[in-house]
Amino acid sequence: MFAFIVRRVFQAILVMVVIAFIGFSVQHSIGDPVRDMVGERVSLAEREALREQLGLNDPVLAQFGRFCWKALHGDLGTSYFHKRPALDVIVSKAPATLELVFGATVIILSFCFPVGIYTAIQPRAWFSRFVMAVSTIGVAVPVFLTAIVLIYVFGVELQWLPTYGRGVTVNVGGWDTGLLTADGLLHLILPSVSLASIMLPLYIRLIRSEMMEVLETEYIKFAWAKGLSRWRVWLLHAFKNTLLPVITVFGVEIGILFAFTLLTETVFQWQGMGFMFLEAVERSDTALLVAYLVVVGVMFVVINTIVDICYGLINPMVRIAGNP
Amino acid sequence: MKRVIMVCLALSLVLGGTATAEMKTLRLALASDPETLDIQQQLSGNMLEFSHWVFDPLVRYAQDMSFEPRLAEKWEQIDPLTIRFHLVKGVKFHSGNPFTAKDVVFTVNRMKQSVDFKGLFEAFETPVIVDDYTVDIKTNKPYSLVLNMATYIFPLDSVFYTGTDEKGQPKDAVVKAGYSFANETLPSGTGPYRCTFREQGVRMELERNPDYWDKNSPGNIGKVILTPIKEEATRVAALLSGDVDFIYPVPPQDFDRIDKDPKVNLFTYTGGRIITVQMNQNRLEAFKDPRVRQAINLATNNVGIAEKIMRGTATPAGQLSPKGYAGHDPALVPQYDLAKAQALMKEAGYENGFEASMIATNNRYVNDEKIAEAFAAMMAKINIKVNLKTIPKAQYWDEFDKQVADFQLVGWHSDTEDSGNFYEFLAMCPNKETGYGQYNSGNYCNPEVDRLTLACQTETDLTKRTAMLKQIEKILYDEAFCVYFHWQNHSYGAAKGLDVLPIVNVMNFPYIGDLVWN
Repeated sequence: MFAFIVRRVFQAILVMVVIAFIGFSVQHSIGDPVRDMVGERVSLAEREALREQLGLNDPVLAQFGRFCWKALHGDLGTSYFHKRPALDVIVSKAPATLELVFGATVIILSFCFPVGIYTAIQPRAWFSRFVMAVSTIGVAVPVFLTAIVLIYVFGVELQWLPTYGRGVTVNVGGWDTGLLTADGLLHLILPSVSLASIMLPLYIRLIRSEMMEVLETEYIKFAWAKGLSRWRVWLLHAFKNTLLPVITVFGVEIGILFAFTLLTETVFQWQGMGFMFLEAVERSDTALLVAYLVVVGVMFVVINTIVDICYGLINPMVRIAGNP
Repeated sequence: MKRVIMVCLALSLVLGGTATAEMKTLRLALASDPETLDIQQQLSGNMLEFSHWVFDPLVRYAQDMSFEPRLAEKWEQIDPLTIRFHLVKGVKFHSGNPFTAKDVVFTVNRMKQSVDFKGLFEAFETPVIVDDYTVDIKTNKPYSLVLNMATYIFPLDSVFYTGTDEKGQPKDAVVKAGYSFANETLPSGTGPYRCTFREQGVRMELERNPDYWDKNSPGNIGKVILTPIKEEATRVAALLSGDVDFIYPVPPQDFDRIDKDPKVNLFTYTGGRIITVQMNQNRLEAFKDPRVRQAINLATNNVGIAEKIMRGTATPAGQLSPKGYAGHDPALVPQYDLAKAQALMKEAGYENGFEASMIATNNRYVNDEKIAEAFAAMMAKINIKVNLKTIPKAQYWDEFDKQVADFQLVGWHSDTEDSGNFYEFLAMCPNKETGYGQYNSGNYCNPEVDRLTLACQTETDLTKRTAMLKQIEKILYDEAFCVYFHWQNHSYGAAKGLDVLPIVNVMNFPYIGDLVWN
């Protein structure tokens, strides 16, 4: 286990360096941050002076070296737009995104298992057919459209739910949370549902097909033959064995979930990292972009590590520790 | 920072608690919020709006573009280089410091240090204090736009912004990138609102200034909560659902919806931003021929674009200066005549047309991408095959400067609210040293236009000056130096009872301090 963790730490560092380097080498094609910092009429010479002062005219490698040196001291640069350390900006936006992903995950997990299992056991029931039909549409409709439709139906027409933002948040130990206020929770519903709408149909279909496959296997037939209770066969024997591929997919897809927060957050004016990222692209805030890429890179390594560890817990056959 | 917020919150509770009790709270949603708290660090529409909320200028534009006294109650020209301003007495900053002539001097000097403002204030000398309430604003040459520039002078609290801060940096420093006292501290101005809370990009709160000097201000909004909502559809939805009371801009596609909804009102007002396409004569020989440029203008149905694409939210243009500007000539109307355009092309020897590349933004101006597509289609009628590429604004301006295409789209709003500014940036011969013609990617160059424009800068006789500006506008129109599309209108969506029309203006800075909610 120790060797595994050490390997992962090295991987994380490598990922960070590579991402940061890519970030630096493409920053010129993202645009010129100085353009957004000054008014339209500011002369070329003034802009050039500002570029010089910010070190944007240095060779990419020199800029990259300076970035790495500062990064070793915990400084990922200063956002041009926010005029604060980039890491501070990202950390201040992280709770919003994490709560949104949490909300979506809760919705996905609480629906995908019961519905997935039911549709596998009763494939011919009208409810199963209905779910399959809806899930096809669900996979196909872009999240942007789902979000707008939800806003118009529940926000504008019915006026049940708020249309934008996070509502009232409270600060608990530096974490700005909307989970502890009624207003904050109401604001969370529409964005979470939109975000969940991408993954939920996929999981239901995945669990269903895996489960149906397992139900055909020899050992399930043997379990029936033994006269075990229905619930014991379905849940303990069949369902447990459908979990493995589901977890693999979940590990990969959680990254995609984060990617989709970009769209969801923009539509709902949800002040998280995804929104911040898109704004940074529009404003050519390259310092913030590079820092964001590095942070996201680390997050992915951590998520994948957790998934790998979970894997071993569920299926001892693929245990990682000690294996070459 | 937190401490400053707390102190200001406490102060506002003590000072403003009673006065604002019966006044209403306005929830305002804009596409974006002010970039910084230092009003002289960045020159942008957002920052100027913010300046009008929390500060007051010496003078401001009324709806008819005349000058309305603000902190300067009257003014007189005492010699060709000097205008004497008499300041309102008894005005206090939010910090409690009294406002006097020294604050005007401090502010003008600070603007001359700021990268964004120094170009505008090049002609200005350090103002001279006559007494506490009289100040002479001096220029180094006779200058016709002193009052226009005075709309940019929002006096800062010189006592508040002098000295060194906790980090040992001077409080008056103007810093583009990174920390500065003025960037991060809730400002002290004289304005109708004091800023009590700000989280960048998330929320800003403004409380009515109970000691506001202008007792004639009809404004009855006690508190403003500003939230930026970037996505157009969400901004409109927030208004329709009653989550916010006032939004702008309103996207053209939602005009009907807001108009029909009985709970909200739609307002539009003429704006000053002209949308044009420049034809690069250095890249394409054909563009050197005025007949070709005229043909292109004649083949552009800009009335149709304003009606169909902009849904009536734009005024078709045949010149640069919008109505109300000195150079505006009502005779220069947009023309659309396809037959004449084809005839001109034939006469110029381009009957079979040619191919031309074009770049345009796709997120900078209202419907910019659609306008460019429509233009490309219209050009096909006179056999010009346009290869259009649209680019996000973040990458656009570098390409624009490099002049990568034959047709290049550009919108311009005169930041002096004077016609001369259009000519200086868009029509004068490009000159790297003087900076004139900085956005003239068509490389149109006419010495007569240059001479007249420069003469207008120092001409203080308004009648003569207006005649010269109109003359320039006529030359540019006759020579079809660019393709004129339209002036973008401003659009506002507001809850019933908000009396928006009296507070809007050409610049798109609704004077929210004077907003009345019935």
